[in-house]
Amino acid sequence: MHIMEGFLPVSHAVGWSLASLPFVGYGLHVIKKIMQEKPQQRMLLGVATAFTFVLSALKMPSVTGSCSHPTGTGLGAILFGPVAMAPIGLVVLLFQALLLAHGGLTTLGANVFSMGIVGPFAAYGIFRLASTLRLPFGLSVFLAAALADLLTYVTTSMQLAWAFPDPTGGFTASFLKFAGIFAITQIPLAISEGLLTVVVANTLKRFNYPELQEMKVFAGYEVRV
Amino acid sequence: MNRYQNLWLILGVVALLVLPLVLVEKPALGPDQKEAGIFAGADDQAKEVVTQIQPDYAPWFQPVLEPPSGEIASLLFALQAALGAGFIGYYLGTAVTAARVRQKS
Repeated sequence: MHIMEGFLPVSHAVGWSLASLPFVGYGLHVIKKIMQEKPQQRMLLGVATAFTFVLSALKMPSVTGSCSHPTGTGLGAILFGPVAMAPIGLVVLLFQALLLAHGGLTTLGANVFSMGIVGPFAAYGIFRLASTLRLPFGLSVFLAAALADLLTYVTTSMQLAWAFPDPTGGFTASFLKFAGIFAITQIPLAISEGLLTVVVANTLKRFNYPELQEMKVFAGYEVRV
Repeated sequence: MNRYQNLWLILGVVALLVLPLVLVEKPALGPDQKEAGIFAGADDQAKEVVTQIQPDYAPWFQPVLEPPSGEIASLLFALQAALGAGFIGYYLGTAVTAARVRQKS
């Protein structure tokens, strides 16, 4: 979902940066609050960050014959709420933009918006909805992480379609082209991300009950010893 | 039960990774008899579509640092994954031990 360096017009680059800024700012505030008030959750916050690091580094083959990568933001959004993931997404994307020429500084705002904001909000919303519907824990985590991954790539497709509308078909034709590359490729990867997130969530739930019991997201589920 | 569930989930991920490698056939040789690429990055393909839609679009900013070769790039990607996986492993190790200590006491 990385929009390459320089591949958004200046107005879009600036616009997306301004759109992402408040989320990153508020996210930093939320993270600071977690560190101060619940220092026992610091390590778990590290795990959420590390998970995003790992998953966004894994470029996986897909049935479309091209490669893409998952995002790993669903886990952190479920654990800490969606805003906390905006600065974490920023850190990961900055690392890749600066050292790997993957993504870029001018497209950082747009990439943070899709991976660090839309994805996490989707994951959080879907997880809450699934718990309200009393779906099993694993299924809720799976749906949240997989759909967040997919929606991140749909967002990227929209961002590119908005910046580069098709001369004849306009936004829709252009969106379908980009979604054909990003969203279709992403379907098996999103399923993989969903499954991996369930593995980590299962393990956390199993071994780490004191820290998780106090987190409201797991409140609807029995945390077993 | 839980342990087996995770095992099945990981097997599912492995299957999802291997299936494309088996199912996707290598594209036929192009008109110039050069081998067409397979499993290229989706990001690069999107870049090509941008140039198709707007052939006169020129990127107005270049990456600050570009990995000098594919090997260096994969080194950095591996490093990124290793850092993340290392931290998760450390955390789970301490969590498992803490759970055992709690059960004993």
